Amino acid sequence: MAVQISERVLTQSPDKEVRRLNRVVIRFAGDSGDGMQLTGDRFTSETASFGNDLSTLPNFPAEIRAPAGTLPGVSSFQLHFADHDILTPGDAPDVLVAMNPAALKANIKDVPRGGEVIVDTDEFTKRAMQKVGYDTSPLEDGSLDAYRIHGVPLTTLTVEALKEFDLSRKEAERSKNMFALGLLSWMYHRPTEGTEQFLKQKFAKKPQIAAANIAAFRAGWNFGETTEDFAVSYEVAPAATAFPVGTYRNISGNLALAYGLIAASQQADLPLFLGSYPITPASDILHELSKHKNFGVRTFQAEDEIAGIGAALGAAFGGSLAVTTTSGPGVALKSETIALAVSMELPLVVVDIQRGGPSTGLPTKTEQADLLQAMYGRNGEAPVPIVAPRTPTDCFAAALEAARIALTYRTPVFLLSDGYLANGSEPWRIPALTELPDLTVQFATGPNHTLDDGTDVFWPYKRDPQTLARPWALPGTPGLEHRIGGIEKEDGTGNISYDPANHEFMVRTRRAKVDGVDVPDIEVDDPHGATSLVLGWGSTYGPITAAVRRLRTAGVPIAQAHLRHLNPFPGNLGEVLRSYDKVVIPEMNLGQLATLIRAKYLVDARSYNQVNGMPFKAEQLAAALQEMLRED
Amino acid sequence: MRTELALSAKPLTAKDFKSDQETRWCPGCGDYAILAAVQGFMPELQVAKENIVFVSGIGCSSRFPYYMNTYGMHSIHGRAPAIATGLATSRRDLSVWVVTGDGDALSIGGNHLIHALRRNVNLKILLFNNRIYGLTKGQYSPTSEVGKITKSTPMGSLDAPFNPVSLALGAEASFVARTIDSDRKHLTEVLRQAAAHPGTALIEIYQNCNIFNDGAFDALKDKQQAEEAVIRLEHGKPIRFGADGARGVVRDPATGDLKVVDVTPGDEAGLLVHDAHAASPLTAIGLARLADPDTLHHTPIGVLRDVRRPVYDTQMAHQLDTAVEQKGKGDLAALLTGNDTWTVGSSS
Repeated sequence: MAVQISERVLTQSPDKEVRRLNRVVIRFAGDSGDGMQLTGDRFTSETASFGNDLSTLPNFPAEIRAPAGTLPGVSSFQLHFADHDILTPGDAPDVLVAMNPAALKANIKDVPRGGEVIVDTDEFTKRAMQKVGYDTSPLEDGSLDAYRIHGVPLTTLTVEALKEFDLSRKEAERSKNMFALGLLSWMYHRPTEGTEQFLKQKFAKKPQIAAANIAAFRAGWNFGETTEDFAVSYEVAPAATAFPVGTYRNISGNLALAYGLIAASQQADLPLFLGSYPITPASDILHELSKHKNFGVRTFQAEDEIAGIGAALGAAFGGSLAVTTTSGPGVALKSETIALAVSMELPLVVVDIQRGGPSTGLPTKTEQADLLQAMYGRNGEAPVPIVAPRTPTDCFAAALEAARIALTYRTPVFLLSDGYLANGSEPWRIPALTELPDLTVQFATGPNHTLDDGTDVFWPYKRDPQTLARPWALPGTPGLEHRIGGIEKEDGTGNISYDPANHEFMVRTRRAKVDGVDVPDIEVDDPHGATSLVLGWGSTYGPITAAVRRLRTAGVPIAQAHLRHLNPFPGNLGEVLRSYDKVVIPEMNLGQLATLIRAKYLVDARSYNQVNGMPFKAEQLAAALQEMLRED
Repeated sequence: MRTELALSAKPLTAKDFKSDQETRWCPGCGDYAILAAVQGFMPELQVAKENIVFVSGIGCSSRFPYYMNTYGMHSIHGRAPAIATGLATSRRDLSVWVVTGDGDALSIGGNHLIHALRRNVNLKILLFNNRIYGLTKGQYSPTSEVGKITKSTPMGSLDAPFNPVSLALGAEASFVARTIDSDRKHLTEVLRQAAAHPGTALIEIYQNCNIFNDGAFDALKDKQQAEEAVIRLEHGKPIRFGADGARGVVRDPATGDLKVVDVTPGDEAGLLVHDAHAASPLTAIGLARLADPDTLHHTPIGVLRDVRRPVYDTQMAHQLDTAVEQKGKGDLAALLTGNDTWTVGSSS
């Protein structure tokens, strides 16, 4: 029987108490197959369209479907939303939705006492509980007395709500995540039209499934509305004053990065070429770019990481804006080609979405431990500029900046994002096209050198005196035929040269070119004239800024600065560092930026490190910073 | 010939393709003959020389681009097919040639070679096979015969060699040929057919390294020996060789394998007729494997396979055109905006 979806709008009853909150952190947790990422994404979209500021943290196992009901198989999605501007996905969830005993066990330790926990009681069978080491039911043995537990038979209620549909029990059960989403949407007064629209579109070819999911979603909403277990719902007002005027959307780091690359290609008026090999957590950029062929984007899924960058370099020689995307293990394989690009001085953007290492490491977890690989991981003196975005939305601007440097200086450029930025999302003020930088490139069109005998010739390594960039002469340009390669080249002519003095000159020139990349000064946020500085780079911006706010609120003065350019460093960085008594560098590695800073500036920078695959928690970081500031 | 290629305004000569760089192969190297043949053939393409690109890897043969007055890239070991793939797919107006060797293409770069062949990108790959590592001074290569004594195999090499032609055929190559450095006429004819082929063409060129593996192909070059050793393939003709065509290739009806037989009068009708355009590569693989890897007897040369199938870069261009037809030319502002936005107005 076909069930029609009514067009009614869900409205909150005036009978129940409504409390106002400034901010809430919710975590959805379940089996990898329970659809927690989708549930989180939908709640995020509802929250974004409502106008809250938000920040998300998806957290999932590397296995596509780990054994059901086990701790390693738990997938979660945390969302922090507020009526003011926020910087992180939140340290601890105020509300945990646990779809099974494994999800409860894996996540309950993160919930502060007094927090709300919603569990699917149907899944708390003896066998399921034993699987994760619960000898007695945590719902009954008092071990959760410190929490406000809402036991809801989510599965039964979902199946019941869908009994009119011609679905098997198993099929009906699949919609329980939408029931949970409906319940949470009621609890937090989320707009529901977007989700219903989304479900209609997602299952456009299976209207019955769309209707069932919408029915489950509404049933969850109605359950909150009618059951006495949920006596209170919450309002979190839009964060209108936190945002500059503009049109906003929600966006993840990888999506913003992909859009940044397309924008760079448009702004440079060059076709975009992506050579890539699938790797977590970078593959989404390949997927996204492959959708946009109508922008002239060519995506090439290569046979391996080496071919991915090789094809990109070939396209760069032909005049494309060339990009390769990967993660740490892929960078290791690409190193030789990056060095070739250094030597041939062709523009190339190398996107590294860092993940836990070494080797395969933690494919789905975040880390910042590729900085030194990007900086030094090649044979010979092979300097490469490095750009790192600080937030998911900043991936857009960082991609444009990486492309600017690559095109202006004819060099490979590293763009160091990470798993946290890649999958996390937040509201983004959509820029007007007029705000985007002009990346227009001047190709070589004719001879650029006159020989002693008066002949005009083209010299592929005759440099621009300002940028030290060499000319980019595209195949197809008559008279500029030339050969380039990885063997050392004679200054100017580009011919093979083994001359010792020439090699030394070329090595120093390539270094000078990268050192001379035009990089804006670093800005320091120091409202109280502090004597200590916390310096960060990349995705730690949110947690560091949140920790700094906490410290300042507690009366501890501290200055903050965050690096976008890791090579070269901003020209004023040394001066900034030396103007503070103490410099602390928190990193999700064992001190890689600190190593660079100490080596270059001879400053006694202290490291604070975390390499557990997760971003810093603001509270913990604030405490650690305070401790370090107190030390001599 | 593809229509996208810009034609040269004036007729070119071999001299136009000689660069100003001093050629630095060892005197007597087979590479000189190949270079001369390629430079001699290029004017026939009628393509503007600025629209021709030679991409190479690493090895003696890979110095080739420096000596061609075209655009060129001397890249890194084994990666030329990958680099050329990016260039050819993004610039369909270029005639892209890859120069590689047996170590470059079949050892360190084996992966890129087979994937280029299966994709059928518009590349012409010249594989100089001298059955030795020359630039690193004389180690055995993936085409060296078993038991070869070299610096790295003082008691003889243990590796079974690749047959490059049969490897290429197994990798779904649409065009595979073999020729010999010293046979300029044959080499030029093979280049001609390869250039006319849409898609990837692999040409294995037997090339003498007179320093580290001198005489490796003498059996195919010495006039008397060659009569017995070389099988010259011509499309549409019965496969015969030897003095007065006394030997020929037939299919063994019992096993389906190919074998060499003495041709007796009246038997000619039973000879295998070479069909380079055969849909199945099996007969070509059988032909390629007639050669004895040690003595090189019964080595077929010529075009073993030349079939039409979709060309990667053409199809990629087609997908881009189709995307524009279906969705319109990309609108950046619309892309960035998406379809789920909200507005924060000014507080005034």
